[in-house]
Amino acid sequence: MTGQDTRHLPLEDLHQAAGARFGAFAGWSMPLTYPPGVMKEHLHTREHAGLFDISHMKLFEVDGPGAAALLNRACPLDAVTLDISQSKYTFFLNEAAGIIDDLIVTRLGQDRFMVVANAGNAIEDEKHLRALSANFDARVSPLDRVFLAIQGPDAWAALARAGIETGSLLFMHGIEPRQNWFMSRSGYTGEDGFEIGLPEKDARDLVAKLLEDERVQWIGLAARDSLRLEAGLCLHGQDLTPGIDPASAGLMWAIPKDVRASGAFIGADALRSILERGPSQRRVGLKPDGRQPVRAGATLVDAGGNPAGHVTSGGFGPSTGHPVAMGYVDTALAKAGTKLFADVRGTKIPIDVTSLPFTPHRYRKG
Amino acid sequence: MAKTYFTADHEWLRVEGGVATVGITDYAQEQLGDLVFVELPEIGRKLAKGDTAVVVESVKAASDVYAPVDGEITEANGSLSADPSLVNSAATGDGWLWKMKLSNEGQLDSLMDEAAYKAHIG
Repeated sequence: MTGQDTRHLPLEDLHQAAGARFGAFAGWSMPLTYPPGVMKEHLHTREHAGLFDISHMKLFEVDGPGAAALLNRACPLDAVTLDISQSKYTFFLNEAAGIIDDLIVTRLGQDRFMVVANAGNAIEDEKHLRALSANFDARVSPLDRVFLAIQGPDAWAALARAGIETGSLLFMHGIEPRQNWFMSRSGYTGEDGFEIGLPEKDARDLVAKLLEDERVQWIGLAARDSLRLEAGLCLHGQDLTPGIDPASAGLMWAIPKDVRASGAFIGADALRSILERGPSQRRVGLKPDGRQPVRAGATLVDAGGNPAGHVTSGGFGPSTGHPVAMGYVDTALAKAGTKLFADVRGTKIPIDVTSLPFTPHRYRKG
Repeated sequence: MAKTYFTADHEWLRVEGGVATVGITDYAQEQLGDLVFVELPEIGRKLAKGDTAVVVESVKAASDVYAPVDGEITEANGSLSADPSLVNSAATGDGWLWKMKLSNEGQLDSLMDEAAYKAHIG
């Protein structure tokens, strides 16, 4: 984010009062850690419930008679067949099928959809969607909301105690429980949990209620990153970029078969030809030997010292108790169990290709 | 009688008989957060002031720890291989990083004492 002032969260005062340490991310000043520290915050989320301020992310409402058609053009998606309240993980693709952003689209009504986009891409996403919307009878409205995530096995019970029933809401579904609220059962940790967009005043009330509950703690961006990495989830800008297509990223599960075959989305032709010849590289999980973390940017070589790929995310997994990473390797080397080496400051660290996630997902699917 | 010095890069040195025990300060470990790995130096390695001696890795990032003075590594704290969190829990005690034989004791004069370091971190 060049030439722009750092943006501040609407609830920044609450984070300051909670003792947060702040750092810059995607143009925002974000709470990185709170006094317990990343390790305890991470484990607390897996054991109880973590509360995250993710207001840097952007919610867009797309509505109008052409809303579904607009989304079918922008994303490899069949928005028409989405049930009301159903969410779908999808992408904006460029003409080369590169991933401009990864998003979650939820159908709110016959002609209304909610799009949740990443902070770092929000401005580009809005421009892209608005430019496309000129050809459709649809409006794109960025919403001014605080956005909170509550994640972990006690998330539902903590919300119930705060007066918000979630019983009938299943994983990857979203509803509007109150005026100007949007709540989905989803997240970025691999745990059961919820993401709630709501007006600032309501958010302050909800946060106060939730934090009365000892099962709930603020969790910073550092633990958000280690949680998502253990869960094998991608960070756009690192694991996904406009130079990477969904086939290479191992995300074809997000694109329904008939959409792959006949969809009119931007990048459809390019994606079909990538699928025909097969992607030359694949995203994989990587488990370094020993205790030393292997981080984004590290190069990978095979046993013979030939270039094999590179690491896009890496760190230490507090729940796994060992370093965890993901990256891209040549398709021939993408099989779990393949032994490679990562270059860390000139030392070759043995690293195994492994399946993702590192920690099993615990979503509430029904 | 051992004497303790501090650097602007948040290291401490305890010097006794021409040998310095070096670690990072409590302030530094707090800034770094939970450490998960310490890359220890080789015994016998000769360092010039400012060379990277050790790399400490937190959950999120790797950070260099520099040699505060010239010298030769005589010992590394092996217990950090099994438990890097000692640096967090006992930064100025059991969490020491390495020992070095000083080759230019005059360099100590440019370092801070505890009072000056406390003023430095505010």
